[in-house]
Amino acid sequence: MAQSETPLLDELEKGPWPSFVKDLKMAGQKKAMSRDLLRQLELSYKERIGHWKHGGIVGVKGYGGGVIGRYSDRPDLFPGVEHCHTMRINMPTGWFYTTKALRTICDIWDKYGSGMTNFHGSTGDIILLGTTTNNLQPCFDELSEKGFDMGGSGSALRTPSACVGPARCEWACYDSLDAINDITHTFQMQLHRPMWPYKFKIKCSACPNDCVAAIARADLSIIGTWRDNIQMDPGAVKEYAGKLDIQEEVVELCPTRCMSWDEKKKELKINNKECSRCMHCINLMPKALAPGKDKGATILIGGKAPILKGAMISWVLIPFLKMEKPYQPIKDLALKIWDWWDENGKMRERVGELIERVGMRVFLKEMGIKPIPQMIRTPRANPYFFWWPEEVPQKPKSA
Amino acid sequence: MPTDIGPPDYHTMLPPIIARNYGKWKYHEILQPGVLMHVAQGGDKLYSVRVGGARLVCTDRIREYCDIAEKFCDGYLRFTSRHNVEFLLDKKDNLEPLLQDLKQRGYPVGGTGHSITSIVHTQGWVHCHTPATDASGPVKAVMDELYDHFIAMKLPGKLRIALACCLNMCGAVHFSDISILGIHRLPPSLDNERVPKICEVPTTIAACPTLAIRPDPKTKGVQINEERCMYCGNCYTLCPALPLMDPEGDGISIWVGGKVSNARSGPAFSKLAIPFIPNHPPRWPEVVDAVKNIVECYAKGARKHERMGEWIGRIGWERFFEVTKIPFTDKHIDDFTLSYDTFRSTAQFKYTG
Repeated sequence: MAQSETPLLDELEKGPWPSFVKDLKMAGQKKAMSRDLLRQLELSYKERIGHWKHGGIVGVKGYGGGVIGRYSDRPDLFPGVEHCHTMRINMPTGWFYTTKALRTICDIWDKYGSGMTNFHGSTGDIILLGTTTNNLQPCFDELSEKGFDMGGSGSALRTPSACVGPARCEWACYDSLDAINDITHTFQMQLHRPMWPYKFKIKCSACPNDCVAAIARADLSIIGTWRDNIQMDPGAVKEYAGKLDIQEEVVELCPTRCMSWDEKKKELKINNKECSRCMHCINLMPKALAPGKDKGATILIGGKAPILKGAMISWVLIPFLKMEKPYQPIKDLALKIWDWWDENGKMRERVGELIERVGMRVFLKEMGIKPIPQMIRTPRANPYFFWWPEEVPQKPKSA
Repeated sequence: MPTDIGPPDYHTMLPPIIARNYGKWKYHEILQPGVLMHVAQGGDKLYSVRVGGARLVCTDRIREYCDIAEKFCDGYLRFTSRHNVEFLLDKKDNLEPLLQDLKQRGYPVGGTGHSITSIVHTQGWVHCHTPATDASGPVKAVMDELYDHFIAMKLPGKLRIALACCLNMCGAVHFSDISILGIHRLPPSLDNERVPKICEVPTTIAACPTLAIRPDPKTKGVQINEERCMYCGNCYTLCPALPLMDPEGDGISIWVGGKVSNARSGPAFSKLAIPFIPNHPPRWPEVVDAVKNIVECYAKGARKHERMGEWIGRIGWERFFEVTKIPFTDKHIDDFTLSYDTFRSTAQFKYTG
């Protein structure tokens, strides 16, 4: 029996979890590129180091992004991956598919690419992993004929994404799928043609459980919420009382302690004025409790990973905004933020870093948004604050 | 070819039961690990079967998903925000046959409730040029070991694991219960023959968070103050003449206690638990053991519904290091811009050790 070329990776075919090595080998039966992808990966496993050259600028006509160029640093050993570019394809919102749509993508990718994919990239895109420069344009042409467009890359609006929302969740406080689909179609120019200081991401979660991690993975985070009372079905609460220790698991874990439980009467009370809408009680008793009827979203700004000045989790900009078609207020806000950031942002400065550099007071003034306590966790503790000149009687200037 | 058409209309991808009950769901239940039932206001019932996937998959794998969806789900399926596959059924009679079929094919059903679901991860040595470790390999190794937590719901709370192969932290590493992060430990090797030819010097200088880079008038390249460099690799992202990958220097750090949901406590960053573990492909045994140890300590110590960070918040970091037997080092003490806020400015602490 011939010795395996990939003894280290072969180890990863064992075990119960689905093996990416099996998929690389399956693709390798049809495609030389995937065979060499596996062989180059084996070398990386042996040497404990990557084997891709730095960067690579390739694309399709009319667009400035969507393709991540990649070249092997050992084309002598692995000619199949001398070019190995990735195409980002904008997924259908919510990652819902018909098998017809998926088969169409697979057939086109088998024709032009390596047969390897990521379902999905972290931002949400379908990742078609590995093709040559020559195949980019015909592959894109065929995909777009079938209704699929490129996703985002570079200093542009990246592919927006949404949680499953009202398609399959009783907690959805607005139509996260429709909002993201609409926003994506409205801003195709900003998505396909990079023109900004750096990348910008938008994510829509339809409730504070935040199933697409909008607060941590988007510059503009749109998180569903409500502003009236939690809806309660007292009969259903009683049913939960047998299965759940409501005092211990619900009432005592409420972060604002705004609930009380009468064990004798099996009666739950919520002081909604003090509720911060964390979702814990609703999560535990979905049959009995539901978000209120006056629904909308909290708009937060600034989320990003550590480079350059440290990681940021988005913070409150607008506590409550109605999210209704055609989503004009949020689109107007996005355009205003982009204008200001485009004018003031340094190269490779995320919007959160720009706001930190110039101060929230400058940002809020530029946006025409009134400062309110909901924007902060605590007021400042240092006395180093600025006044606007018009707020203080100015001394007459000597001539 | 048409341009700027955007994604296809998601309405064309929805199963009829979802289109019919869109925005009209009443409640849901987890029937068993990996199986959800959503009940609509009008009484319709939708069953979702969640299946773990490798994320890095071939077209024939996707065709196999399609075969399954055509056999049991009228040709509809979806993917989750953590790269799981979900088969969507409107007929309860199809549920058992689907689960049997998935079992025969060896697909894991789970990832719901208080379980460990799929690991959000990145490109690694498969496709990226700045990684300090691989992504797909460590993920496979960790999930093989923690497989029982994917197919069962026996933890105190949800436990999210994420991996990023460098500190660009693509994905979810800065806010997960347990995070696996590739790091370097050696400064870039500087090639000032090439720097002026292929790099823009000012942007390379501006790329350094600790201001370790300055211009070098002699070579028209740059100088690196190695004592100030903490090996983030961002200068290499900007300048190909500053590579820093190294088989001995590179490895993995482990972080804990992050979350994004607002339930009970607010969103929180992950914090450093283990500064360095060497890369040992193909199975990264020390990384697997470290993750498993933290999961077991959490499972033993946390109260019902407590996430990792909430558990640590209750017992205190000094107790976390004691119960996990993870050595505490000078690396754990923040020395970047906002470090003061992380020091213990109180006499309240517990004695350990």
